[in-house]
Amino acid sequence: MKNNVYVYIIVMALVTYLVRVLPLAVFRKEIRSTFIKSFLYYVPYVTLSVMTFPAIITASGNTLYGLIGFSVALIVSLIKGSLPLVAVSACLAVYLSSLII
Amino acid sequence: MYISEKVHNFQRGMRNGLPIAAGYFAVSFSLGIVMRNAGLTPLDGLIMSLLNNTSAGEAAAVGIIASNGSYLEMAASQLVINIRYFLMSAALTVCLDPDLSLAKRMIIGFDVTDEIFALLVNQKRPLSEYFAYGIAVITIPCWAAGTTLGIIFGDILPSSIVNALSIALYAMFIAVILPPCKKNHRLLLLVLVSMVLSFIFSLEPISAFISEGMKIIILTLLLSSIAALVWPVREEEGK
Repeated sequence: MKNNVYVYIIVMALVTYLVRVLPLAVFRKEIRSTFIKSFLYYVPYVTLSVMTFPAIITASGNTLYGLIGFSVALIVSLIKGSLPLVAVSACLAVYLSSLII
Repeated sequence: MYISEKVHNFQRGMRNGLPIAAGYFAVSFSLGIVMRNAGLTPLDGLIMSLLNNTSAGEAAAVGIIASNGSYLEMAASQLVINIRYFLMSAALTVCLDPDLSLAKRMIIGFDVTDEIFALLVNQKRPLSEYFAYGIAVITIPCWAAGTTLGIIFGDILPSSIVNALSIALYAMFIAVILPPCKKNHRLLLLVLVSMVLSFIFSLEPISAFISEGMKIIILTLLLSSIAALVWPVREEEGK
């Protein structure tokens, strides 16, 4: 059976809101534990890495174009970190490869 | 506080929120393309973005919805991916007037994101709640509009362009995680290990047992814990 998309959205909104609001509304204390702070510092890097690879390779529907776009994104973000520039050059790379190859 | 001061702070919030909102529009448009590829409608995307305000959380949610994952998997993935907001809100709470009402705190909490947190935490204390509201009224609609338009344009534009735009969100994620790795080689190692394990988890036969959402949960908990134990972050490195 297919789950309901709006139930998904309500579930995720509730969890995300509780995470954001509890320290402001209830606990009202700053977190001092080095382990927790370090853990939370690393979370976005791991999450975004896991979500990006290998999804970026398959997202365009063609593995070769995906690999080219991925390489361009890596190179551009290492040379010049600007977020829009990285996105535009990666998309252009995929588009041009689909025209040429 | 005088009315004029409230208005002033509100307007200041809107002004400061504008560049953030422009960035959000680009990210959420790319997110909309990913949603469209997963079969979500513009209305689905609009409601999801209005209620969530989280790029990584929503991108993961799309994968879970597309694979018809359980509601529990959805809840757990959002908890893990967005738990960093807990730290931000906890740091933010000391910036607020201790007597600020619960209702106002509940409004501020709705729009705590990485970028907005960075802006709020650098304001004069106690932080004006109207400043936070000003940021929220400009960033939330941009975030939601970007998502909705991304889904709509994903349907209209030719497939060659949509295919190219499909990697925009992931390219932006790379632009977020990679630049700090240049100065911090531990981060680089962590990112590489995360990607390699993510790739291995996506291969048969492991992918048959571990869904996309579960993969994110397991790897994030495991690798972030190990990194935190091996390389604890000192105050000045953190943020």
